[in-house]
Amino acid sequence: MSSKTHVTTTINGEDTEFLCEPHQSLLEVLRDTVGLMGTKEGCNNGNCGSCNVILDGVLVNSCLVLAVEIQGRSVTTIEGIATANGLHPLQQKFIEHAALQCGYCTPGFIVASKTLLDQNPNPSEHEVREWLAGNLCRCTGYDRIVRAVMDAAQG
Amino acid sequence: MQSFDYIAPKNVDEVISLLASQNGNAKVLCGGTDLIVQLREGRRTTGLVVDVKNIPYLTQVTYDENGLRIGAAASCHQICSDPFVQKYYQGLIDGIHLIGGVQIQNRASVGGNLCNASPAADSIPALIVHNAICHITGQGSSRTLPVEEFCIAPGQNALKAGELLTHIQIPAPQKNFGASYLRFIPRNEMDIAVVGAGASAILDEDRKRFVAVRIGLGAVAPTPLLATESGAFLSGKDLTRANIKEAARIAQSIAKPITDLRGTAEHRKHLCAVLVERALDIAIERAGGQHVQ
Repeated sequence: MSSKTHVTTTINGEDTEFLCEPHQSLLEVLRDTVGLMGTKEGCNNGNCGSCNVILDGVLVNSCLVLAVEIQGRSVTTIEGIATANGLHPLQQKFIEHAALQCGYCTPGFIVASKTLLDQNPNPSEHEVREWLAGNLCRCTGYDRIVRAVMDAAQG
Repeated sequence: MQSFDYIAPKNVDEVISLLASQNGNAKVLCGGTDLIVQLREGRRTTGLVVDVKNIPYLTQVTYDENGLRIGAAASCHQICSDPFVQKYYQGLIDGIHLIGGVQIQNRASVGGNLCNASPAADSIPALIVHNAICHITGQGSSRTLPVEEFCIAPGQNALKAGELLTHIQIPAPQKNFGASYLRFIPRNEMDIAVVGAGASAILDEDRKRFVAVRIGLGAVAPTPLLATESGAFLSGKDLTRANIKEAARIAQSIAKPITDLRGTAEHRKHLCAVLVERALDIAIERAGGQHVQ
């Protein structure tokens, strides 16, 4: 039986430490240990993108990262997207375009879209759709989501 | 998920001695896009996970006069964003770029795709047509294996207990060479190949004749295949539609697909010939040849 590991890391800009077992995913620890519930569990096997977080600037599925792997690294979750000045433009545009219905997939879409706009501030519709291929929504279809991202990029 | 211990060694020697000491009860972790899912679902078991992503020898993509060296733990994104790979190894880019979405590309490794040994793995026919060689290290020994011999059954590779795939070596760019990989899936993204086919061709000086051809097939047999007979048939032949079609027909005759939820054996047989023909057309074009009418 494995023992608990002490992990020190940065989450949403704050120094954070936690204890976890080696088999626990980052998703599990974010939600159950750190208490950040914004990151959602969908498929838990890397298909749906609900659990997307940004690890050292790179988009990953937190269900496919072991929590012990983030020792000394930096994680941004949906809770770290808005600033003290208010919602991130992506969040604002998702509201304006009603780019959600049940909302379960939304954190994953916003985190994924942010990594796109960070590296490509003016993407084509095709680029948006390709970038978001790893995120599944079972309510709205994707048109409103794509429109919200395009609008946020232009704004 | 089942319990296991975790260690992230700093060098290859440490990995090799850990693998040896565990007597087969250790699993190597790169991106985890297959391994973590399989451990969670109980399809594989292990007492120790050895994370090799902190070892530059295993994560680097480099090139010299001997060609391209891909560390087994290099991510798909890292490989696909390399300008040298983009320019000279287009068949490889075709295959690797198709593995999952952005999130998976950022984590999944080509070494992992290979070790996972799925019959439908997109990178493997692409590696086959690029003449890739697997470099394997064990305790006090090392060996190489052509990539087409690396997978031995669905989910099983040729590594012996205690061995590690360290890198994949691909020959330096050759003149009048082109390669491509295509797969058929019923949607645009994020799916597993119903059939995959890769082709590479070296053309003669006038680019009117095949000098050497390799055809790689995925999802039509228990392991990805090198269609040796198709390549042998085209070698030395003129670039004609009849010759290309005959090579595709030969590849189709080698394919031994099964019927499953992704497609019937009959459908896969049909797709095999169609994709080989199209992959060859793209390879010819990339080698500087005229489109064959």
